[in-house]
Amino acid sequence: MTQTSPKITARNCQVYYGETHAIKDVSVDIADKTVTAFIGPSGCGKSTFLRCLNRMNDTIDVCRVTGEILLDGEDIYDAKVDPVQLRAKVGMVFQKPNPFPKSIYDNVAYGPKIHGLARTKAELDEIVETALKRAALWGEVKDRLLAPGTGLSGGQQQRLCIARAIATSPEVLLMDEPCSALDPIATAQVEELIDELRRDYSVVIVTHSMQQAARVSQKTAFFHLGNLVEFGDTSQIFTKPSDPRTESYITGRIG
Amino acid sequence: MNDITAAAAAAAPEAARKRHGSLLVQDARTKTRNASETRFRRLGLLAVALGMLALVGLLGSILSNGLSAFKQTYLQVEVFLDPAKLDKTGSGDLAQIAKVSTFGYAPLIQAAMQRAAEEAGVDTSALPAKALGQMVSKEAPATLRNFVLASPEKIGQTVSFSLLANGRVDGYFKGRVTMESAALDRNISPEQLAFADQLKAAGVLETKFNWAFFTAPDASDTRPEAAGLGVAILGSIYMMLIVLCLSLPLGVAASIYLEEFAPKNRFTDLIEVNISNLAAVPSIVFGILGLAIFINLVGLPQSAPIVGGLVLTLMTLPTIIIATRAALKSVPPSIRDAALGVGASKMQSIFHHVLPLAMPGILTGAIIGLAQALGETAPLLLIGMVAFVREYPAGPPEGLFDPAAALPVQVYNWTQRGDPAFVERASGAIIVLLVFLIVMNTAAILLRRKFERRW
Repeated sequence: MTQTSPKITARNCQVYYGETHAIKDVSVDIADKTVTAFIGPSGCGKSTFLRCLNRMNDTIDVCRVTGEILLDGEDIYDAKVDPVQLRAKVGMVFQKPNPFPKSIYDNVAYGPKIHGLARTKAELDEIVETALKRAALWGEVKDRLLAPGTGLSGGQQQRLCIARAIATSPEVLLMDEPCSALDPIATAQVEELIDELRRDYSVVIVTHSMQQAARVSQKTAFFHLGNLVEFGDTSQIFTKPSDPRTESYITGRIG
Repeated sequence: MNDITAAAAAAAPEAARKRHGSLLVQDARTKTRNASETRFRRLGLLAVALGMLALVGLLGSILSNGLSAFKQTYLQVEVFLDPAKLDKTGSGDLAQIAKVSTFGYAPLIQAAMQRAAEEAGVDTSALPAKALGQMVSKEAPATLRNFVLASPEKIGQTVSFSLLANGRVDGYFKGRVTMESAALDRNISPEQLAFADQLKAAGVLETKFNWAFFTAPDASDTRPEAAGLGVAILGSIYMMLIVLCLSLPLGVAASIYLEEFAPKNRFTDLIEVNISNLAAVPSIVFGILGLAIFINLVGLPQSAPIVGGLVLTLMTLPTIIIATRAALKSVPPSIRDAALGVGASKMQSIFHHVLPLAMPGILTGAIIGLAQALGETAPLLLIGMVAFVREYPAGPPEGLFDPAAALPVQVYNWTQRGDPAFVERASGAIIVLLVFLIVMNTAAILLRRKFERRW
């Protein structure tokens, strides 16, 4: 079923940073309600490619993207597409927890506010509560919603950022190494959360940890030097990789 | 295996001792390094001490010269407003009364002084009658005349006045004038000073806090005791208002555009270089620019706060732009990413997240720029703010086009005057200027704290 209706389709995608050819001819289908992991050594382009999916690369002047990336069959690089609208549909969680220096409530409410998702204060309260509950943070912060978001612990901050991302009810959630700044316990919580989120969203996660990719994802893409080397079911990639480079990487010989 | 490790462990400290020597003795290298660190510390301490010494010396000389400007000697006298002199026709017609010039009031003061001396039981026989009148400021007749013109019904009555004492008499009580110097002075005699001492003992003459220093306008060369900062303070406040209202929005808007929206190309590089250069342009050049453009080309009035404000705005803009850009740059990119990531537009991410975080830096930059503008003299000289202005400018906005002075220019002005009493006035004006600057800097610090406390 996932093969028949991919959420995101990339075809012959190329990314250049000035003269550097960062992503070379990547074509991939990302399914709905699935966790797709991008793995690969540092500098292989997995984060770059992830940032192409919600056009965050637009903020970098020298960055140029060619090829085709379709979200539900619509080209997101079409001249008519406003990246702001796209980013409401494709949320993003960053490597370092980056809550706004505002209250926990305001952090989560900001997205719904600017997109006009709530007409009344009560509606907004409900959105915030739902998002925090889904991010498994509600229990910890429900008594101090007006406390600064930056006062939370690292793991809580990252879950707050996830709550903030899902409060705008996106269709795709991009996560750029969401656990790299967290300790093992917080990591476990976030991973559990990712598994939860899979029921409603298409989640794309970039990770340095192969164990994490194996634990949370159903599909895995292995990038190397800007190429998509191998893409397939996670179980297959980790047990019977077809490309020798993938095998070297997952067995720890390169990367 | 165990034997080998044990042997190695025993040999290790032996070898180490051979290589490095005892820890209890400093080797030559360590000694040199420590010595150079000590030298550097002493040098730093010396630099700080020199700086503090210069500051203390500066403040000490200004305070010792200028603090006396905040005290002023007054004569408490009962003046009989003689109708025979002030209103000869007896009609009470204001136009007729106004015809009596300040010279007509001088005899009234002289008589009042005579009476005050008699009441106090002070013998005035040693002094000529005219010398009594010279005890009060040349400003005093004008004070009297203004009073009479404001309330002509008081003519014929005896009214109590607090009149300014002459600058020399004032200086005598502040230690500036001595009996020896008075003997050589054409404007005052030792007899007059002795008389002043007796008046003081009798309570006729007293030294009070000099409120007039903050409210009175400038006065001419011959009456330093009447000179005040009123017009200069008002002029400076008007100019600061203009600078604040123009340079802050312009500077912040320009910075946001340059920092966040402008494409990075050769043209924006050129603009950036030019802004940095503008910050280094000598301020007098801005004065010439103001004279050529605002006065000669646009036809704005000379000596007006509006022109001064515009010139100072031009001068402050680069400072504010540089500070604002630095503040915007220091906001972590992760905040921008976070805002864009939830679908905020660029404008929203800047105004909702980046700008509030950059606010402390922007405010500090703006206030430092304002403080710089407040102390600026050179450009104001060129646009005519150095003029002698005795009329208060009207309230804003019309008042912005009226002639006015400015604090630093007033200082410059007073240091040019001949009478030594103006040294005290100039130092007093510097103290006022410094207090304004300290207040502004404190405001900058407080605002910064307030905004930073929001996490």
